[in-house]
Amino acid sequence: MPAYQPFNLPDVGEGLTEADIVEWKVSPGDTVTVNQTIVEIETAKSLVELPSPYAGVVHEVLAEVGASVDVGSPIIVIDTDPGGEAAAPSDSGGEAETSGDVLVGYGTKAPSQARRARRHAGTTATAAPEQPPAPGPEPERLAPEPAVAAPEPASPSEAAPSSAVLAKPPVRKLAKDLGVDLSRLKGTGPGGIVTREDVNAAVENEQPERLVVYPGDDRPWLDGGTVSADGRTTRVPVRSVRRRTAEAMVASAFSAPHVTVITATDVTKTMKLVKTLREERDFADVRVTPTLIAAKALILAIRRHPEISAAWDDETQEIVYKHYINLGIAAATPRGLVVPNIKDAHRLGLHDLALALSELTTTARAGRTTPAAMTGGTVTITNIGTFGIDTGTPILNPGESAILAVGAITKRPWVHKNKVKPRWVTRLALSFDHRLVDGELGSRVLQDVAATLNDPARGLVWG
Amino acid sequence: MITTDTGGETPHSTVGAHEESGSPDHTVQLLSPTGDRLDDAVYSARAAHLDRAALEDLYRDMALTRRFDNEATSLQRQGELGLWPPSLGQEAAQVGSARALRPQDFVFPSYREHGVAWVRGLDMRRLLVLYRGRDHGGWDAYQHNYNVPTLVIGAHTLHATGYGMGIQRDGDIGTGDPDRDRAVVAYFGDGATSQGDVSEAMVFASAASVPVVFFCQNNQWAISVPTAKQSRIPLVHRGEGFGIPSVRVDGNDVIACYAVMDEALERAHNGGGPTFIEAVTYRMGAHTTSDDPTRYRSRAEEEHWRQRDPIARLRIHLEKSGTAPEFFDRVEAEADRLGEDTRAFCRALDKPDPESMFDHVYATSNSQIERERAWFRDYEASFDQEAQR
Repeated sequence: MPAYQPFNLPDVGEGLTEADIVEWKVSPGDTVTVNQTIVEIETAKSLVELPSPYAGVVHEVLAEVGASVDVGSPIIVIDTDPGGEAAAPSDSGGEAETSGDVLVGYGTKAPSQARRARRHAGTTATAAPEQPPAPGPEPERLAPEPAVAAPEPASPSEAAPSSAVLAKPPVRKLAKDLGVDLSRLKGTGPGGIVTREDVNAAVENEQPERLVVYPGDDRPWLDGGTVSADGRTTRVPVRSVRRRTAEAMVASAFSAPHVTVITATDVTKTMKLVKTLREERDFADVRVTPTLIAAKALILAIRRHPEISAAWDDETQEIVYKHYINLGIAAATPRGLVVPNIKDAHRLGLHDLALALSELTTTARAGRTTPAAMTGGTVTITNIGTFGIDTGTPILNPGESAILAVGAITKRPWVHKNKVKPRWVTRLALSFDHRLVDGELGSRVLQDVAATLNDPARGLVWG
Repeated sequence: MITTDTGGETPHSTVGAHEESGSPDHTVQLLSPTGDRLDDAVYSARAAHLDRAALEDLYRDMALTRRFDNEATSLQRQGELGLWPPSLGQEAAQVGSARALRPQDFVFPSYREHGVAWVRGLDMRRLLVLYRGRDHGGWDAYQHNYNVPTLVIGAHTLHATGYGMGIQRDGDIGTGDPDRDRAVVAYFGDGATSQGDVSEAMVFASAASVPVVFFCQNNQWAISVPTAKQSRIPLVHRGEGFGIPSVRVDGNDVIACYAVMDEALERAHNGGGPTFIEAVTYRMGAHTTSDDPTRYRSRAEEEHWRQRDPIARLRIHLEKSGTAPEFFDRVEAEADRLGEDTRAFCRALDKPDPESMFDHVYATSNSQIERERAWFRDYEASFDQEAQR
């Protein structure tokens, strides 16, 4: 049987989070031996050749030259038993979990699973999801300077590769913080090294030209861009997540006629439920959020109106009704918008749903969401309340018929038992594909979501 | 030129005493880069007994050390080790000097002395444990009289001098009994000579005539800083400045390294005090896998030293003197097996038992540690109980 072994990008330095692919020395179909050099990568520190950990035949190369890859992501799949009978290849995406036997380093851990319950779990109710370090680019990468091997310097003491910028780490940090592109500076220090003064001078010269310059702003969106001659614009090629997002939005917005219905509701009881669950021993190992309750409420609403779980098949002129819910969660990640979904979410109890939700968002924020996790969704929740926004008109994920936007939950004056009281209030917006969902159906679904959030006890009746 | 007034009694112990006229320093060399054995008025005699079989043994030591080291470097590149300091290119300095030691001599290594560890009988694979982050590494230092590595640059030279002062107090020098007289060796690099610790260690060693050998592998680069930027004089003169007999040797000449170490140990064993050895070699790899030497040194320089490779040089000599090709094939096959064993060993290293952290807090057990161990055991067990519920 072919045995497909993914090789994950290791941390070849100490605590590096990513590296760029410089050159592949092998391609699919090539036979490789253990320790044969397969790829050259460039880290923040150095150019490094990686030797193959396996002997076999290259099955698939997963990262293009020039791509920036997170440590721990698979870069190549090697078939260590190529003579074997054909078998269904495992997910060639090489899911992160499959590489548990590779140790190092600091960044190759699989997405952290829910922690095991501790004895005094009640006192440590929630474990915040890990916030991955934002993979900020080195400022000098803004300039289109190809990563090449160091040229041969004349003598060891003057070994200064001309293409690399010489600057000490604190100066690099300063430049990064100030948004100064080191490669554009002329160093005045010994041997052409860029000094602190050079960076400060550059800021004084450049600042009026820049639209936004504030400390800590590493401007990842400019990564890989070309700065115009006058320095006033940067052109960035559309790639990966941004391209996928754009394609999906265009496909959806210009094929499915969108209608959005909006309602406001008092979710004070939901907030109380969240608080109760957070202190609940059984929920000590997961993160309980209003989004969790909203997800459950949406699932219940679809159970009551299963005809909304459908998709328009333009080619065959059919409506495909789906007797399951793959619940998509729109997640803002350092790499852009991704919408992974929870498979068969309608089968999950509240605790398992919470587990799935936190695992999915942790994976997404770490940039490790697999393509499989992003396909096959049936309905989506987007939590725009995170950004303090009341509501909006979300665009459908292609192939889905509805998307729910949950707005910010804020205390507002609200008529409660005939008196104006401060209550937790949110706005819910549901966009649907008007080709197959009528206003009545869309409204009823949204009304059910709102009703459950208004009084979660309704879940007992409908669940 | 700096000379040490030794009354002419140990003329060969000071640099320059038998140098060729006009040259500022003499570097002891007994095997040329082209594989020819050279004569040296003082040191040839110390290596005269090294016949072809002995040289083949040295070759094997160096070849296995290199293979192990290369395998470890690859393992780091494959994500199996957090870090690795390669010994590539320094095999002769390490193997040659270590082969001159007696079993009772004690070694304080820094972190790159894989070849010394091998010669002392330590299973080199144990070096990987620390770099895999499995635990803090370590072993019973008295099993092979080889201490655990010191990562703090130069700090262990003080330990070595102190250990040597202990030997003096035990009366284990100058007895004339080859099984009793002991010496200490501190291995360190050129960068360490810039550390205060090393100077202090040499001050005490010299003043108290301690039986310690300071074996400096000058591999030319302290990470990215060349030796020339750290010292205005050849490093061998550092030793002289402290009044310590000093000698410079071709560190890529395994025979010469053996000979100078043999002399230094003889002095220490006989109560003659310390010796400083500068073994001139070259770190052919990176300082550690975390740095990129192409950023600070030229390929021409690397090529220059590749022509002086310590293993290739001995191989040429052995081939000239009649070693059969099968010998090299055998060593290569053995090296391949060692590589595979190393790889398998590394991958099989599992997480240590959490309780083992209590094992070496104190030399002997005591009630406080036992209480804490018991508490921890209960605590760990509570997770299983939780899971069963």
